Amino acid sequence: MSFDQSILTILILLPIVGGVFALLASDKMSRPVALIFAIATFALSLPLYTGFDLNHSGLFNAAAASAQFELKLPWIEAFNITYHVGVDGISMPLIILTSFISILVILAGWRVIEYKTKQYMAAFLIMEGIMIGVFSALDAVLFYLFWEAMLIPMFLIIGVWGGPRRVYATIKFFLYTFLGSVFMLVALIYLYNQMPEGKESFSILGFYHLDLTLTQQSWIFFAFLAAFAVKVPMWPVHTWLPDAHVEAPTGGSVILAAIMLKIGGYGFLRFSLPITPWASFDWSWLIILMSLVAIAYIGFIALAQKDMKKLIAYSSIAHMGFVTLGLFSVFAIMQYNLEHTTAANPIDVLATTKLVVEGGIVQMISHGFISAALFLCVGVLYDRMHSRDITDYGGVANTMPVFAAFFVLFAMANAGLPGTSGFVGEFMIIIGVIKANFWFAFIAASTLILGAAYTLWMIKRVVFGEVGNDNVKALHDIGAREFIILASLALTVLFFGLWPDTLTSVMHTSVNDLMTHVHSKVADHLVK
Amino acid sequence: MKEYMDSIYLLTPLAPLVGAIIAGLFGKFIGRSASHWVTILGVGISFICAVIIFNHIVLDAAPAVNQTIYTWMVSDGFNFQVGFLIDKLTAIMLIVVTFVSLMVHIYTIGYMKEDPGYQRFFCYIALFTFAMLMLVMANNFMQLFFGWELVGLVSYLLIGFWHKKETAIFANLKAFLVNRIGDFGFILGIAAILMFAGSLDYDKVFAVAQTEDFQKQTISIFPGVHWSAITFICILLFIGAMGKSAQVPLHVWLPDSMEGPTPISALIHAATMVTAGIFMVARMSPLYELSTTALSVVMIIGAITALSMGFLGIVQNDIKRVVAYSTLSQLGYMTVALGASAYSAAIFHLMTHAFFKALLFLGAGSVIIAMHHKQDMREMGNIRKYMPITYFTALIGSLALIGFPGFSGFYSKDAIIEATHLSTIPGASFAYFAVMAGVFITALYSFRMFFMVFHGKERMDDHTRDHLKESSWVVTAPLILLAIPSVIIGAIAIEPMLFGSYFNDSIKVTDAAHATLSKIHFESVIGFTIHGMMQPPFFLAMAGIASAWFFTLKRPDLAAAAQSKLKIIHTLLINKYYFDAFNQKVFAGGSRRLGAFLWRYGDAKLIDGFFVNGSAKSVGWFSSVVRRLQTGYLYHYAIAIILGLVGMLSWIIWNEYGVTK
Repeated sequence: MSFDQSILTILILLPIVGGVFALLASDKMSRPVALIFAIATFALSLPLYTGFDLNHSGLFNAAAASAQFELKLPWIEAFNITYHVGVDGISMPLIILTSFISILVILAGWRVIEYKTKQYMAAFLIMEGIMIGVFSALDAVLFYLFWEAMLIPMFLIIGVWGGPRRVYATIKFFLYTFLGSVFMLVALIYLYNQMPEGKESFSILGFYHLDLTLTQQSWIFFAFLAAFAVKVPMWPVHTWLPDAHVEAPTGGSVILAAIMLKIGGYGFLRFSLPITPWASFDWSWLIILMSLVAIAYIGFIALAQKDMKKLIAYSSIAHMGFVTLGLFSVFAIMQYNLEHTTAANPIDVLATTKLVVEGGIVQMISHGFISAALFLCVGVLYDRMHSRDITDYGGVANTMPVFAAFFVLFAMANAGLPGTSGFVGEFMIIIGVIKANFWFAFIAASTLILGAAYTLWMIKRVVFGEVGNDNVKALHDIGAREFIILASLALTVLFFGLWPDTLTSVMHTSVNDLMTHVHSKVADHLVK
Repeated sequence: MKEYMDSIYLLTPLAPLVGAIIAGLFGKFIGRSASHWVTILGVGISFICAVIIFNHIVLDAAPAVNQTIYTWMVSDGFNFQVGFLIDKLTAIMLIVVTFVSLMVHIYTIGYMKEDPGYQRFFCYIALFTFAMLMLVMANNFMQLFFGWELVGLVSYLLIGFWHKKETAIFANLKAFLVNRIGDFGFILGIAAILMFAGSLDYDKVFAVAQTEDFQKQTISIFPGVHWSAITFICILLFIGAMGKSAQVPLHVWLPDSMEGPTPISALIHAATMVTAGIFMVARMSPLYELSTTALSVVMIIGAITALSMGFLGIVQNDIKRVVAYSTLSQLGYMTVALGASAYSAAIFHLMTHAFFKALLFLGAGSVIIAMHHKQDMREMGNIRKYMPITYFTALIGSLALIGFPGFSGFYSKDAIIEATHLSTIPGASFAYFAVMAGVFITALYSFRMFFMVFHGKERMDDHTRDHLKESSWVVTAPLILLAIPSVIIGAIAIEPMLFGSYFNDSIKVTDAAHATLSKIHFESVIGFTIHGMMQPPFFLAMAGIASAWFFTLKRPDLAAAAQSKLKIIHTLLINKYYFDAFNQKVFAGGSRRLGAFLWRYGDAKLIDGFFVNGSAKSVGWFSSVVRRLQTGYLYHYAIAIILGLVGMLSWIIWNEYGVTK
């Protein structure tokens, strides 16, 4: 087995092993142990980027499908279940995001977590391995296993280290997500049965070439939707997220916002779009509607929040609305093109759909950094004042100038300021989606106003102004550890804002393959 | 030579950026004076580069440069680049921006010398210079938007520079949000350009715009209604310009922005950033020329701004606010010029205005320093005695502003008025009235301010009077250096810029019906000046000065009497036509209430209360019912089994035979 083949397995196992080591260590030692493993995992994930073949295409190859860094071993042969991992240009950046954020999460809990420290560190490391597993699994059973396993550490993180209403929040979180995933399991088993006689398997890449009727596709589509919409979360199944965020410790919020939500968007790309393209086409209006509601409706709700974490949680929902809008406006763009075939149309449909899908992925990655940064900022304040209420603050810039600079930078990134990564995805989606319908772009662009309004209004009340009270007066600025955390995120956010090509270039081939597949399938559908 | 010029182009925006980064990140370590030196050095280099570029492009008549610096992002078929377009329009903007910025940097040493945020301030203004240069040097819409938003960010940071002041942090949030409303239209305009033209590069878009296919395209926003795509794009872009260049009704942020330190009022909120919208429309002249409707909209909005904002200047007592309303009114003039297709006149006025308005702001700042940061003109008076340099430079600035013959403002304003007069598009006659009446109003408020501050009785308290003295050379030197172009630049530049071939390669007036400037009779500068002195605008300006003198110095009691007689109008003006009150109540308050409503009833009651907790409850209810079925009696179970079996069988039979047969 070469290094290329084993690297994903190492990336899955290394943090889990690290978690076991952390459990075996003393509370004090568990911190450096966890940090070493997190850094090692991140370092090992970098070869995924450097060794990535930009031109590798083949995920949708019917005869010999292939991914990069692929490894396929028999596992449960009776049902033809395999241990099959591999990445493409969509999952690879998400894996690096996961390993990067995990380091910050370990650092963020360094001083603050004094209760059951080693268990805390272990939970996050194990979580990291599982999440990398989700992004690299190419076998549906393996995927489902990681998908469900992810709930356990998260459940513990909120339930053990969470706030006062943690029981309500964990149960709500668990029921919501679990209910969604059960439908997905049914769909996966159904797909298994649809595979050709004698060739039944849970290979996701095999599912891509099933000839399903529209009815079949619709059922499967909604089963997947139940799972992914809850994870994203999409309006109206989003109400678990603000509760979970508010009760979760800082690290939990960071993982939740930065990575777990992305798994929903990733699911749409890996399952819904390629496996059920006809149903996606027919039901895209529903998803677009839900996304637009998320952007506008949630934007207003965020405006009314008094709790900083809730505000950022709602902001996350609105930003994730952009992701689903980008992914499903693909079909609206096709639809528009159908109805306006004769018009002098300088834009190539395929290119525009690729633009919005890449925009959606960029938005996922970027939101991973920005939401993580904002939750860490709130964490910095919470560690000092033990309050998330906006009204308890005021004039923080006077006592914590360095922190204030970071907070304002991340707030601006959240408001989609050009030069930060927050701008890139929104920009790509707005300029692409106008091709489908002007009003889609109109509502999406309203985030320019709403996003700035709720984020900067919070900044005004928390950071600026006279020192609000004695507690604020007693605040001390961030230390070296917090500085490193926030500075590394700031550099990343600026880097991808100024040069997003480094990020999008790895996606081109994979997105092209996906869109070519979807386009040809939808073309068949329209002929019928 | 090419490599040499290429590095000059690159150095122009990067020098201030490097200065900003050093002052921003290491300001604490290198200290105050090193911070101002490093940023002044950066902007100074930038200014020298601008001069070299001007020399190269304008005097040596080198062809325009259009080059890519780096590829920001590629997505199959779509290229987004960072690149420079350097033609004569850019060259003149570079000179204006870097020169005013350099003056403001030097001035700041004096103005901010006691401020604890000294280094931060220099970092911001140098960063602003970088952003503004990126904006004017852009060769594509993406980068234009970049610069556009980045100057907005720095404006936000600078208005709220004194972040303890509640009014300042209110004003900066307001400025950012109002600008975002403009940007909302702007980004949709950019999206529409990409949709119809297939590219965001200026040269490609302008080339496509000339094709008939493009001009015939329509967009259907509401079912059954088809709008010309080009009009649609132009109006969306103009909404962006309305935000940045503070046109009614998106003007509300600019007066409040005066909460920031005075040097940035001069640099950002008078000379450069607020003119970005004007620059943008002039840059897009090949598009705007294709839509008379859009030009009409531009002209009418500009005319409303020019006139209505001038009125507000008359009733203000804060020295900076008077200058702010004057800026709004002058921006209206520039917008009117754009509407009249006199793009070069708009840019010309932009340039002269940048010099004399920066001069007026810095002059006001000089007075404010001497007055110990008091800004109320009712507490000033006769300051000319104490501050002769400030006095004379302010006089020059005021004369240039009202368009006194020979001063720079005269040439640019007269050209705008003439062009409006000759314009035939809908709304032109209203605009002509507005700009004419505006001349009187401008003279009235400018000299009301001038007389109240520098002449008349000394109304300040004794303590302040005892400390009144002329500002130090770092303040007065920029005043003098700005006063020079405020006088001479108009006479020098009018011939090449308006009636020569200066803008031929950057501004296109393709429609003969729109070509207002070429219809103006122009022989020589002297002839134009003499002609201007026999025209109504000159008499209106003189009448304005005379009225200002009469009401502020001769009979101030009459002004008070007029105020009580015209109470309704006065209240309307003092309340700024109630724009702020309306926005505060309807938009700000309304959004907050809507948010609270949706949260309480949408999320908490409907989704969580009814669906989530409701289904949890119904599960509870269902299980309590089911529990009752578990009676323990065997026959109950037997009946249930039989019933279930019958039901299942019926369902299968129905499915197998009932439907298919």
